[in-house]
Amino acid sequence: MAGCKPQAEPAGAGKKVKISIDPVSRIEGHLKAEVTVKGGVVVDARVSGGMYRGFEQILTGRDPRDATQITQRICGVCPTAHATASALALDDAFGVELTDNGRIARNLILGANFLQSHILHFYHLAALDYVDGPDTAPFIPRYKNNDVRVSKEVNDVAVGQYLEALEMRKVLHEMVALLGGKMPHVAGIVVGGSTEIPTREALDAYLVRFKRVKEFILNKYVPIVYLLATPYGDLLKEGVGHKNLVAWGVFPLDNKGNTLLKSGVYTDGKDYKVDPSMIKEHVKHSWFKDSTTQLNPTVGKTLPDPYKEGAYSFIKAPRYNGKPHEAGPLARMWATNPELSKIGQDTLGVKNFRDIGDAAFSTLGRHVARAEETALVAIAMEEWIAQAEPGKETFVPTAIPKNAEGLGMTEAPRGALLHYVDIKDSVISNYQITSATIWNANPRDDNGVRGPIEEALVGVLVPDIENPVNVGRLIRSYDP
Amino acid sequence: MPVKDEQQLPEVQQKKAGVSRRNFLKTVTGTVAGIGISQVINPALIQALEKGLKRHPVLWIQGQGCTGCSVSLLNSVSPPIADVLLKVISLQYHPTIGACEGELAMEHLYAVAEEYKGRFSLVVEGAIPTAAEGKYCVIGEMNHKEITMVDIVKELGAMAGSVLAIGTCATYGGIPAAKGNVTGATGVMDFFKTQGIKTPVVNIPGCPSHPDWIVGTIVHLLEKGIPELDDVGRPTLFFGENIHDNCPRLPLYEEGEMSATLSDPKGCRMDLGCKGPDTYADCYKRKWNSGLNWCVDNSVCIGCVEPGFPDGSSPFYEPA
Repeated sequence: MAGCKPQAEPAGAGKKVKISIDPVSRIEGHLKAEVTVKGGVVVDARVSGGMYRGFEQILTGRDPRDATQITQRICGVCPTAHATASALALDDAFGVELTDNGRIARNLILGANFLQSHILHFYHLAALDYVDGPDTAPFIPRYKNNDVRVSKEVNDVAVGQYLEALEMRKVLHEMVALLGGKMPHVAGIVVGGSTEIPTREALDAYLVRFKRVKEFILNKYVPIVYLLATPYGDLLKEGVGHKNLVAWGVFPLDNKGNTLLKSGVYTDGKDYKVDPSMIKEHVKHSWFKDSTTQLNPTVGKTLPDPYKEGAYSFIKAPRYNGKPHEAGPLARMWATNPELSKIGQDTLGVKNFRDIGDAAFSTLGRHVARAEETALVAIAMEEWIAQAEPGKETFVPTAIPKNAEGLGMTEAPRGALLHYVDIKDSVISNYQITSATIWNANPRDDNGVRGPIEEALVGVLVPDIENPVNVGRLIRSYDP
Repeated sequence: MPVKDEQQLPEVQQKKAGVSRRNFLKTVTGTVAGIGISQVINPALIQALEKGLKRHPVLWIQGQGCTGCSVSLLNSVSPPIADVLLKVISLQYHPTIGACEGELAMEHLYAVAEEYKGRFSLVVEGAIPTAAEGKYCVIGEMNHKEITMVDIVKELGAMAGSVLAIGTCATYGGIPAAKGNVTGATGVMDFFKTQGIKTPVVNIPGCPSHPDWIVGTIVHLLEKGIPELDDVGRPTLFFGENIHDNCPRLPLYEEGEMSATLSDPKGCRMDLGCKGPDTYADCYKRKWNSGLNWCVDNSVCIGCVEPGFPDGSSPFYEPA
């Protein structure tokens, strides 16, 4: 069976070959990658988002409080992040300050889902790029020459962990549900805090589950990511990209803006403080009306134009200070720069995340960032569980303002997330969402500059065009 | 090509027993301890399960959705998801967990549909956008031609033995079909009517759908055929009861004890916007995430299993 049917360039164009991968599977959503390969190396790439639902239009005219429920349905893997961004935007618009217990409850809901999402991503979405699953559906068919380089022993361990990780992610969803009602799509994150005041029993049930998960993360997930660093060491050099990063910060530690994972922008080798006014969304190559290009989300418009010439994606191209930026665990770990886990320090021979240097900007570097972040968040969650006070108020009742606007900036597991709401006559008059995959998987901007994944694909090795394994590996390292 | 020998599973999975009677009973009757055994369970069905099932070919496609129903299915408790995947169904195509991608995946999807024509189950997750010639959702590419959600549901829908529309987007259009939508989003049943496709459809709504509703319906389908459906195509086994009429908080409502705020642990939620009175599902006894919690104990029911969701129950935090 053919892998991906290469499409030859017209005569006279040299030996360039175009490969189209559609669908890029094991991601959330609909993504297509088209890469041009020359001499076994990707020389150009286009990434297309193939689906549009129109949340912005659907939200208009509704009760603002409904946004925390409706926007969760953007992503079933990270609904708590959309709930959080939406609630933060509404908190801002309604002028409400959370109780400490409300903030902690939200952190515990979002935190459990962060761990869930990262475990799901590594084992159930990405791992089959590095190990072989059992020889039965849904693990076959797979690329004939899939470049799996681990020993049978390591492969068996990984498959065992794949199955165990299914249980771990289920347990993490139980933790979300204990405080958030149910998962996917929590009932409990609302404007003004969190609806369920934790009881001692709920916190104990949460803690029992947390301990199992933490052990799995520290003793299995993190080590196996570093185990892959040896056979796949070349993937620490591949998939560099623009090397620009955005992180809005997440997991508030107080009501003053301090967060566990720090905010920060990194552009052309320099660090900057986040300034939301620097964000502009380009649409020249996206199926949206040209008249809406280069707007900041606070004045944003999302008007689809599915027949537009020259466009190839339903993803807009957000730019920060005019430049493409990558979002995700790599950006957050770069901004936070924590000490690595012991196994990380021993394997890489460095102490803090930034000491990894250029190797962090790579296919495998993004997996390292995600695994290290999982451990970091888990360790912090243990403190939050201890800080949560049974029976103490988590919710502040508020009234819908007649006219107000609000901005909510947080992080989804896959990266920076922004919600903006404008309320007029007590209903939503404009709602704009700039999510992580919008930052990473976007097309060329108005200046023709490639989006982050497109740029990172350039230079990726494709020695066998029938089995372009490294293309999928790179794309999935972003957890789109 | 499709795998012929589906029973040959690797050693790591063979250690576990098949879908046990106890597990199946838990699935169809609710995971909360203390719930009576449902009368709908035929002993013959249970015996069939104990003998072990032949894995049933399933092709799972996604349209305008969020993958939340797939993620919810992973939360299946009895049987656990590894057993569902390795013992109950043969999931030959699934965009989120399948190993293959690109043309290899698309060729396999069509090859399995051809080989098991009239016998495979097509699972549809997400709505079908019918506007702009289907351009609002492209699911893949074959022979340099883009295949839209409209194309694939039309083609595979006609070839399938049965279609399971999973989640409120696939059943009734859900959020993508809410007021303000520009994509012509629609659910499978309505789409089939416009196309004259006669393949039987079972609707398993919910935003997301509950893993027990999905697994319970699949097992019923395999062993007993299509379950009894209500007038909107849902199995009465799971969607036959009104939430408010069966709510553990009903006595509080009858005594006029109403919750004061969303975080008030006591009282009936109706004044806060709970849509339990307009909603038919067994969440009140089954609960979610291994039976640990549910929307009404946490805040309010937003009526996510109903054909009118979300418009019919919005604003969510105002009484109906």
